[in-house]
Order: sequence, then structure tokens, then C-alpha cells
Amino acid sequence: MSLQLQPALQPDLHSARQPYLSIRNLVKEFDGVRAVDDVSLAIDQGDIFALLGSSGCGKSTLLRMLAGFEQPSLGQITLAGQDLVDVPPWQRPINMMFQSYALFPHLSAWDNIAFGLRRTAMPKDQVAIRVEQMLALVQLTGYGKRKPHQLSGGQQQRVALARSLAKRPQLLLLDEPLGALDRKLRESTQIELLNILEQVGVTCVMVTHDQDEAISMATRIGVMNQGRILQVGAPRDIYEAPNCRFVADFIGSVNLFPGRIVSAQIDHAVIDAAPCSLFVERCDVGAVGSAVTAALRPEKMVLQSEAPAPSQRAAALEHGHNCAQGVLGAIVYFGDQTRYHVLLDGGVEVKVVRTNAARHDSVRLARGQRVFVWWDGADIMLLAN
Amino acid sequence: MPARRPIQGRYWVIGLPLAWLIGAFLLPFLIVLRISLAEMGDAGPPLGALVSSAHGMLALTLSNYLFIASDDLYLLTYLSSLKYAAITTLLCLFIGYPFAYCMARARAANRALLLMLVMLPFWTSFLLRIYAWKGILADHGILNDLLLALGSIAQPLQLMHTPLSLLIGMVYAYLPFMILPLYANLVKMDTGLLEAAFDLGATPLQAFWRITVPLSKSGIIAGSMLVFIPALGEYVIPELLGGPQTLMIGRVLWDEFFTNNDWPMASAVTVVALLLILLPMAILNKYRDHRQGGA
Repeated sequence: MSLQLQPALQPDLHSARQPYLSIRNLVKEFDGVRAVDDVSLAIDQGDIFALLGSSGCGKSTLLRMLAGFEQPSLGQITLAGQDLVDVPPWQRPINMMFQSYALFPHLSAWDNIAFGLRRTAMPKDQVAIRVEQMLALVQLTGYGKRKPHQLSGGQQQRVALARSLAKRPQLLLLDEPLGALDRKLRESTQIELLNILEQVGVTCVMVTHDQDEAISMATRIGVMNQGRILQVGAPRDIYEAPNCRFVADFIGSVNLFPGRIVSAQIDHAVIDAAPCSLFVERCDVGAVGSAVTAALRPEKMVLQSEAPAPSQRAAALEHGHNCAQGVLGAIVYFGDQTRYHVLLDGGVEVKVVRTNAARHDSVRLARGQRVFVWWDGADIMLLAN
Repeated sequence: MPARRPIQGRYWVIGLPLAWLIGAFLLPFLIVLRISLAEMGDAGPPLGALVSSAHGMLALTLSNYLFIASDDLYLLTYLSSLKYAAITTLLCLFIGYPFAYCMARARAANRALLLMLVMLPFWTSFLLRIYAWKGILADHGILNDLLLALGSIAQPLQLMHTPLSLLIGMVYAYLPFMILPLYANLVKMDTGLLEAAFDLGATPLQAFWRITVPLSKSGIIAGSMLVFIPALGEYVIPELLGGPQTLMIGRVLWDEFFTNNDWPMASAVTVVALLLILLPMAILNKYRDHRQGGA
């Protein structure tokens, strides 16, 4: 499957000029342990770049180095051509929305938003105009007099956003921007946040451990693990074409089949894996005999109680491939979808997700039942070992 | 019924401290107030004369209070007490704040040790520690001997029985009471707020004045109260380290009680001193309640 890269993200376009935010070979050591290990990133103006990783992967340290709270052990950070490494945080044209918002509890929402402006030479009447603009931008006009504790979580989040945007920063840092909100509020806030960021047109670097947040908000994602960037790409690339096992496993859910290439033709390859043989519509998988890991997303697999009819299978060539039998194990119902755990005859357990498109299932599957699991060869992602 | 238990428990929880406050504070205060309204000789130890009166009714008189108001000595003593208590409080604040700040920002492992060092003097008798200062500040005390030996002075300095020696003793004795509430307040502060201030363009000094100091206001108030109130009535330190210039109400009280044996007068002096302390506190409390109520 060929990837559809958005034009703006094609690497040959921005190799010619200096990127807006450039991070080169950045290293941060704490007591000899590398929290950030040789990270290089190029972020374009207007990008919403998400650093995604589990806690302790170094993403927060990287963000703190951008803000200036941590001094890099090695490496360079330049923003719009300006070297930032030796600039203290209070002189950087960068503002941050903190994870727990860090609103000043003794100041009103108005004074919180004005705090940064008052540190500049901006005249008082200008400050007042800008603060009112910001309150209007986050739809909190009239709430200026309230103290942070008199605002709801969602309102505090918006004050924090207004405060971080008030100085019109060249770069906005978002630390787990939706992390402190409950699930329902998160969806609406996310759209609102995206609208505001688009309106302002500010370049963003956000940090999150929540893949949904990263995938739905970012224009580009960098997946981090153990201080290193593993893959950088558009959300769709990261999800549909992960470059390693970690990324495939971290983003969404995945079934992994270790296997060995048994045949590599001009237009396809066949891989011998534990559950069944896999037919892949790709030829660049490696030499015959080399080990690979095939990855399959659970929602791209089909689960049914009888053998797939020939008419169901897209390519006749796939007969005998890409189909396995097994026994249905746990069934986990989520409402919108159901996840089935199937123990295949080869001894491998796979997860299959079915969308509950109709209110009443025509064929109800039961635990312990024998089932067939099959998939399209085009949906197999191959990862080098 | 088991379900009623918690309610009874609640009465105990409120009732016991209340009983304690009534028994240990309100009743003694009422007795002192009663004595202060008696003529000299009518009341005093023993306290039998409190209720029964020679004229078949409670003999009440404001003469003691009128005397306090008319005699300059009392007024000057009150003012001087207020002055020394205020200076002590300010000095403790200026010395204690950086101290508490450094403690609160020290590595967590070192904080317990620093805290113990602040409290270490309490392990020695208060009286003994004040006597020790006498040894240091006396005309031929440690400090003067040292300065003489170093040749920085030709004559011993008159340190004892001056306002300086009094203030040294007071600040030394009350500094921990300033440091502890300030430390408790500062250590709780979210340092993320300082980062937010830096991020918004505040220099470390601006962040300190605009964020740290306002947020530690309750610690400053608590520490100042803990220093100011006992310092106002302090008797031992002015007695041992103070001199003729350092009139303080604690010494006047002592004289009235034990030298003049004038219990009604002494009681009146006490009641006025108590009002001097309670009034600012009541105003402060009202201000704080109002702020919280309005917030």
C-alpha cells in the first residue's frame, strides 16, 4: 500500500530552507542518564506537532528545554533563526500552557491573562484591550473578575490558553492540554482548542501520552521512547505505516505475527507466520529467508463463523493465505464496537474488532465457538525486526 | 442506636475543646476582669473576695482603668512594648523569610535536618539560653573579649541593658516561631507557578514579588502573630537583657503584682494589654473572613 503524503509534508519541499523550529542533536542527561537522547526535529511554521510517548519517555524534558526550564546537555535549538539555548525562559518568545494550568491562584482570570503583558512595555490601555480580546477568543467575556478556583476545569483550561496566547508567542507549548479534563468535556474542548489555534495561526508543540489526542489534533506526530524519536509523520502515516514494532504497538491496538519470507515476487511476497501464511502485495520486504514481523490492526480483520466464500475474498491469489481458524475466547463489548479475542490454531491469540453497525447482530457469536479470521493482504504492515 | 453515634461523637469533638477553652481561658479571664474592676485591698489573693462584697453588692470601679489612662508611665510602656514587639516581628520576618525560603527550596532529603536545626534550641531551657546571651553580650563577655583581642575596639562596648541587647534576645528567641509557619507555607507552594511566571516574562525577582510573596501571605501573617503576641507581653528577656530604656509591659505587670501587690491594678494592665493584642487580631480576622466570603 502506498502512502498518501500530504503535499506540505513531503520532505523534499522543506529540506531546501531552514525550518521554523529546528532542534539538532539535543541531549539532556540527568545524573548520567539520558532523558533526551540525540533528538533532531524540524517543525514548520503553523504546524501542530505532537510529541507522543508514555510517561518517562523524555517528551516533557524536551518540552521543558524548549521553554527554557531545562538546559540541554548538548545540542541546538533555533526558532526563526534565533539560537535559544542560552536565552532564559523569561526572554524567549515562547509561551506554554501548563499541564495543571499553573494559574496564579491569587490573581483573577483577567490579571492572570494580563500577567505576561504587564512584564512588557505595553501601555496599560493596550493591555486592557488585549486581555479583553483574549477573553473573547476563549469565550470567557465577563468572567475576568473570577479567581481560578471559581472557574470550572474547562474554564480554567481556557484561561490558561488565553494567558499563553496573550503575548502572541512565536511558539506555543502545550503540556497535556486536555489531560485534566473529563472525557465528555475533552471532545468539545479539543475542537474548540483546534479552532482557536487555527484562528491564531500559532506554531505549536504539544506533549501528550494520549494517542487519540495526538492523532486528532496534530498535523504531525513524533513518537518517543526512551529519550529517542522513533518516527515522525502525519497521524495517518504513524497509524497506517508504523516503522517499528514499538510504534505499531503504541499507537492503537495491533496483532503481531513474527514470520519468515518464503517467496518474494515482483508484485507480492509470501510470508510463513505462526497462524497461517501471509500474502503481501509488496515486494520490498527483504530477501527470501529473512525474518520479519507482520502487523495487523484488529479493525481490519474479518471474523465470521463459516469459511469465507470465494466471492468475499478480493484477490483470488490470496486463497490459502491470509485466513486462519481458531476458537473464540473473551468477548469485550464497548457499545460502539466489540472486541473478540480469538485463539488461533497455531497457538497465537489475536484481537479482532467489529463495529456494531446494527442494533441487533444477525449472527451472534459465542465464546468457545470455532471461527474464521481473515484479512486483506493490503492491510498487512511489515516491520523489520 | 448505632446511627446516632456519629452525632454524639460530633458533640464530643466540639465540646471538649470548647470546655477546655472555657475552663482554661474564658473563666480565668473573667476572674482577671473582675479583679481589675475592684479597689485595691478588696481583691487579691486569696480570691475569696471575688464574689462576696463588704457592701452586700458587687463593688465595681473603673478607677484602675482611669488611672492607667491618666498616668503617662502606662501609656509609654504600652507604646514602648508595641514598638519593641513590632521591631522584633519585622526583624524576625526579614531574617526568617530568606531562611524559610531556602529551607523550603532545599532538597527534600535535607529539609528534615534543617527543620531539626531550627527546633534544636527548644531542647535547651529558654531561661538558660537567655542567660547565655548575657554571657556573650556582657561588658567582659565573649563578644567584647573577642573584639578586644582582635584589636577592633579599645574599650568594651556597652551592649547589655540596651535596646540592642533586648532586640538580639527577642529576635533570637522568637525567630523559630516565624520560620516554622513560613516554611510550612512555602514548602507547599507549587513551583510550577514560578515557571509559569518565568514563561510569561517575569524575571526571578519579579516572580518572587508577584507570586511567591503574595502566596505566602497567610504564612507571613501566622508567623507575625506568633512572634508579635508573645513578644508584646514578654517579661524574661527585658528583665535579663533589657535596661532602663526598654520599658515593657511584662515588667510593669510583674511590679504591680509582686512588688506593689496591687492585684486590681495589675489585672487592669493585663486586660488593656490583652485588648491591644485582640483588637488587631479581630480586625485582621474580619478582613480575612470578608475576603474569603467575597471570594
